[in-house]
Order: sequence, then C-alpha cells, then structure tokens
Amino acid sequence: MPINIDKEIEGSFQIIGGNFVNAGEASTQLKLLLSKLGVDEDIIRRTAIATFEAEMNVIIYAAAGRMHYHITPRGISIKVDDMGPGIEDIELAMQEGYSTAPDWVREMGWGAGMGLPNMKKNSDIFKIDSVVGEGTTIEMVINFP
Amino acid sequence: MTLKEIIEILDATVITPLGDEALNVDIRSACSADLMSAVLYYHTPDSLLITGLTQAHVIRTAEIAGIKTIVFVLGKKPDIYSIELAEEKKISLLSTSLCMYTASGRLFQAGLPGCLYK
Repeated sequence: MPINIDKEIEGSFQIIGGNFVNAGEASTQLKLLLSKLGVDEDIIRRTAIATFEAEMNVIIYAAAGRMHYHITPRGISIKVDDMGPGIEDIELAMQEGYSTAPDWVREMGWGAGMGLPNMKKNSDIFKIDSVVGEGTTIEMVINFP
Repeated sequence: MTLKEIIEILDATVITPLGDEALNVDIRSACSADLMSAVLYYHTPDSLLITGLTQAHVIRTAEIAGIKTIVFVLGKKPDIYSIELAEEKKISLLSTSLCMYTASGRLFQAGLPGCLYK
C-alpha cells in the first residue's frame, strides 16, 4: 500500500504517570494511525517500539507527560516531554542495562535499562535533554524509506 | 511450527478462544523473557512470547512488537481485563504448567529457533 500522506498531520497524547493499566495506549493509537496511512510495516514497528518505551518511561518515572507527533511525507517526528525527576547522568542512562528503576517496577517487567537504548536504536535521529528536578525531553525522527 | 503443534508440545491450555485460522498460524521463532524491554529489543514479528508475567502491559508489549501468541508459564493465567484486551488485539493466550526453561527447551528441541537480534 502506498503512503497516503498529502498533508502534514500533527497531534498529541497526554500521559499520566503511574497509569499502568492504560500504558501503551498512546503508542498503539499512533501505530494505528500510521497503519491507516499505509506506512511501511518496519517503520511502524520501529516507531511503535520507540514511542512505547518513551511512554513507559513517563508512566514509570514522571507525574505526567505529553507525546507529540508530526507526520510528513518524509517521516515522523516525535517529541515526548515529562514532568519527572530528570536524569542526572544522561551518558550513563544511555548505557544498555543501566537503570534506576525501583524493585516494584522491575517486578512488573520494566526497568531493564534498555528503554533509552531501544529508542535510539529504532530512531534515525535521537535527542535527549534533561534537567534534574524539572523533567526530560526526548525527540526522535524516523524517516520513511 | 503451527500454534496447534506448540499447544501439543507444551501440553498447554488455551485461554483465548482459537479458531482454525489461529491454530494454523505459522510461528517462526520464540522469545522467553520477563523483561518487556528485552522483548522489544529483538525482532519478534510472527514470534511466540514465553513469559511469567501476566499483567495487561505484557499484552500491549506483544501488540507493539507484533507478537501474536503468548504462553504463560507455571500455569499462570492473566486477569479478565488482560484476556479481553488480548481478544480485542487478536493475540492468542496459552498457559502451560511447565517452567520457562523447560517450555523454551521443548520448543527449541522441536525446531523452533530463538528470535533474531535486529
């Protein structure tokens, strides 16, 4: 199916911290939207994984956050910002396996220290900015083939 | 390997209703994990997820990763919310009394490979 994007599409989702029941809903909705637009399956999968990991980070660590998406004929840009504790050492946080997640989060299957690396791995451009005590902003771009 | 064969090998019980189409779905690889980011790290479309976690976000992780079948080990069964979510997302749920190691070993021995890293 050819990509059916004749104009730019923007939207955003609110993410509530601690809401594990609806965790993944924003990423699922975005995945559905991309599917309806006829976007390549591999691009959809990469976007879904990157946004799901970002969404889970907000749910695990922050009080609240927002995921904004911008789809153009060239690709999809995603910005996730949160009102969370911020990341003290971004370089360390980017290392596979490093996590500050508490035990109760690990018991739920999260906090493996793979979230940020997974986001980077699935994005063509990945940027992270964080201020301790204020929050974290992640920007990801995934280009269409 | 078909889902029907997997059910036999694992002596699994079926949690979500499965029609003939689902039973004949071709499963090409499997991933055993209790860490959801590990599931997302591997290339898992058309794969089977073997896990000991039963919360709803396991179903959502499977959906994001393109996984169509989940086997819960140690006889675990998810709550009704997770079952309904799985049915809505067309994800088949099974339960086996085997532990994760044995379930994985039996399937590997029967020729089902692990998921590839991509």
